[in-house]
Parts: sequence; structure tokens; C-alpha cells
Amino acid sequence: MKIIPASDSSLLVVFGNAISPALHERVIGLFHSFQAWHDPRIRNLHPGYASLLIDFDPLRLTHDELISVVQQLALARDSAAERRANVVTIPVCYDIEFGPDLLDVSQHTGLSLEEVVRLHSSPTYLVYFLGFSPGFVYLGGLPEALHTPRLATPRPSIAGGSVGIAGSQTGIYPVDSPGGWRLIGRTPLRMFDPEATPPTRLQPGDRMKFSPIDRANFEDMPQRDEARLA
Amino acid sequence: MTIRVLKPGFFTTAQDLGRYGYAHLGISPAGAADPLSFRIANLLVGNDENVPALEMTLLGATLEFEEKAIVALTGASCECNGSAQVPFNAAFDLPAGATLKCGSMTTGARCYLSVQGGFDIPLVMGSASTFVAGHFGGFKGRRLQSGDVLQVRQHGSFRVRSLRPGALDSLRAPRPLRVTKGSQQDWFGPEAFEKLFSSAYTVSEQSDRTGLRLKGEAVRPREQSELLTDGIPLGAIQVPQDGQPIILFVDQQTTGGYPKIANVIAADVHRVGQLRPRDEVGLVEVSVAEAVQAIGEQERWLRGIFIS
Repeated sequence: MKIIPASDSSLLVVFGNAISPALHERVIGLFHSFQAWHDPRIRNLHPGYASLLIDFDPLRLTHDELISVVQQLALARDSAAERRANVVTIPVCYDIEFGPDLLDVSQHTGLSLEEVVRLHSSPTYLVYFLGFSPGFVYLGGLPEALHTPRLATPRPSIAGGSVGIAGSQTGIYPVDSPGGWRLIGRTPLRMFDPEATPPTRLQPGDRMKFSPIDRANFEDMPQRDEARLA
Repeated sequence: MTIRVLKPGFFTTAQDLGRYGYAHLGISPAGAADPLSFRIANLLVGNDENVPALEMTLLGATLEFEEKAIVALTGASCECNGSAQVPFNAAFDLPAGATLKCGSMTTGARCYLSVQGGFDIPLVMGSASTFVAGHFGGFKGRRLQSGDVLQVRQHGSFRVRSLRPGALDSLRAPRPLRVTKGSQQDWFGPEAFEKLFSSAYTVSEQSDRTGLRLKGEAVRPREQSELLTDGIPLGAIQVPQDGQPIILFVDQQTTGGYPKIANVIAADVHRVGQLRPRDEVGLVEVSVAEAVQAIGEQERWLRGIFIS
């Protein structure tokens, strides 16, 4: 564990330099400890793949004080990862209209459309962290057979809920935005709702699965707008 | 009491001092780009410093006040109502039916308009700040448009305050931005820092509340390797492949994959908020201890600038 003063108001705690569930567990362990500590002097927590950035009020807390807190909390074993046994299921309609790049992915990987859908919806993914935009999840666990490079030219506008693949990553665009991921489907669920508590459907450290639904199910799902987070 | 937007100006949003506690969900703080001028605007009219106020950018708004109001303008100065008669950095009265027309900003990039009582903006995740990219917060999650009608809160008792003469002169003096070394300081050799600290950079036209792109001497890490995406502090200076530094600002992404060579100190964030496209800016290194000391000094300075 390495602790770097990233700025006059933040510390970066680095656990390693790889994308691995073991390092993630340490990141999330410290993240949960800080959440439980609930100190108003801590303003923001930014988990990354293998690090946690802690933003604090430097008028009320010093770097040295925070470093000793980090060291104490990192020593205490965290069982939060085990507590979160439940897996969040995200329904996805893998329809050509919602997934205009399905054929490209099929061509690139040499898999049939059915195999693409089956492979994408079979693993239990790990939510490493959220970033980039509100509610955007960085997932681990995309089967290697599905790895497909991102689009050469990003689309100017992508509908919120779109599910895509970029290289070894897969994820969901939470709100309408530009983007270069290969789109393979769409979820009817609202992934980010600023009025909801919590505002995102997924949290860092969650496990999640994609569950295929057909077009009729997609249209029927009333939760498109009024769904609240389970 | 209502205020009608006749013309919105270039980019006008409702802000407060930011939305904290949601970075782990990908939500950046937003908030006033020049928090110091924002706080002074509120304190002048007798508000608490974190009450919602308007942030205007480069070209101010034209607003119609239905009833009489006490307002203050701070930050970048702009000619108002076509004359220099409208006071700046001081609370003043507007009669019922008055129109306040804020023009082009001559010094700096952002001007703040506070109104006694504060703008009545609903809190989203504890803050009134507009986060335009996320379409939430502030007034309907967006910048103001012609025809928008804003409400003002009117409860409480207020005591208008005034500034000591010349109190804000020190803010105007041009000087380099102070920075500390950043999260990936080890990635950069002495020549990269030497370049960063000895060059004059120009603020690019492609600069906004998410970040300011600087044009000038390229800085490069010792070797091009891939950074695992990590958290970004406010004011981080990241270096993408082309070597042109970017100052990540209040509406920034919460995580990123480019190495961060340096970080603007908290006490100079207000200066970043006043940089205009084509401005020239230098960077100078201070230690983290000096940066923390500067925050304390700025708070003491702020308490000392008011007469009453």
C-alpha cells in the first residue's frame, strides 16, 4: 500500500497496479470503512481499479492525521465484500435496433448472435467502480471471446440504458451521451436518477448479471421511468 | 418575488459551493468556478455564503426584477446597464420593475450575481449546483434560457455588508497558478517539471467548467505506459498523449486514465475560474504544506475584508 498526497486536499491510496478482484477487494474494503466512519471532514471518496482517492477538508484534517486513519482502517479486516452476497440483475434486450453493433461484434469474434448474447449474459460481473459520468460502471469479467475494439469514430449521441463493449470492457451508458462503445443491447431500467436514493442502481463493489429479455418485455417494463432502486 | 430572464448571456447557471459525497457514483461536485467571488457576493447582501446565486460566463444576463431587491455583483467585472454607474463588489438596491443588463466581461471570465434571500433552487443530493453534463441540479438541470422565471427566498433577516477600500486588489494582481506535484509525479522526470514550470501556457478555446486545455510546451512522462483509471482531485493537471496539459475543473470526470503531473492548490482554484480563453498562465510549484497554509491564510483574509 502506497499513500500519495495527490493534492493539498486529497490522498491517493494505491494498492497495486493491476485489475484484479483481490486488489479490488482491498480498495472496496477501505472505501466501505470510510463510508462507515462517516466523518464530515471527508468530502468525497473516489475508488479506482486499484486505488482510493480520499478528498478531505484541509482546514479541519491534516494529511498526517488522515494517513494514520488510513493505516488503521486498512489493518482492520473488512467483511463488507462477503456481506454483499446479493447479485443485481440488469435486464437487457439484445435487439438489433438497440444493439446496432451486434453484427460487427459477431463478425469480429466469429460468434453467432445467439452465442454473443449467451456469453455476455452468462458471467457474474464485478462493479469495480463508477466514474466517467454519473452512474457509469466499470465492470470486470467480460469473457475474452467477446473482446471487440471500440468504434473508430464515436457516436455523437447514445440513448441512456445502452449496453456496449469496448476492448475488454463492457458497461451501460446511464444517460444519453456521446460514446464510442460497440452497442449490443439496451436495458429498460433507469441506471441513474438524481432524485432517487441512492441515485444509481449499482454501487462500487456490487456484483451484477445481465439477463436477456425480448422486445415485448422491454416495452412492458413499467420501471422505465418510475422504477426505484431495489 | 420573481426574476425574469430576458437574455441568458453566454452561459449562466445557478450554483452554490458544490455537491459533495457522491464522487463514488461518478458525480462531481460542480459548484461555483470561482468560489471566493461567489462567497463574497453572498456575504455582501447578508446571505450565508452557500446560498444559491447565479454564475455568468463571459457575457452576462439581462434580468427583470418584479419587486425591489438587494443584489451584488462580484468576480469578473462587466459594464451593467450600459454605464459604469452600477456598483461592483457592493450590495445595491434595485427598484421594482428594474432591468439589470450585464454586458461583456472585461476582466476575468465569470461574474456572480447574488440576491438578498438567495435564489430559490431545489436541492438535488444536498446542493443547488447545476451539473449541465448530467442534466440535473440548479434550474431544471441546465443553463438559463430567455423566459425562465426564477424565484427568490425571502425569509430571514439580513445585514448588508461592505468591503474595505482596495480589499480585493490582491485578487487582481497577475501571478502564476500555484501547484503541488500530482498523483503520478513519479512518472515524470526533472525535465518535464522544468518545462511545466518555465513555460507560459495559453488557455485554449476548448475550455469550460469540465476542464481548461492549455497550449504550449509539451510535457511527457518518462515512458508511455497505461495508467489504471484512478480518482481525480479538483484542479488536477493531467497530461494526455499529446503532452498538452489539461486542468480538470469543477464539472470534471471523477476518475480518469491520464497521468496527473501536478495539481492546482485549493487557494488558487478561484483564479482558474477567472481564466479566459487565450489568457496566458504560468505554473509555479509549492509544497503541500505551503498549499495548506495558503488555504488558512485565504480564510483569514476573507474574514478581514469586510468593514462590518
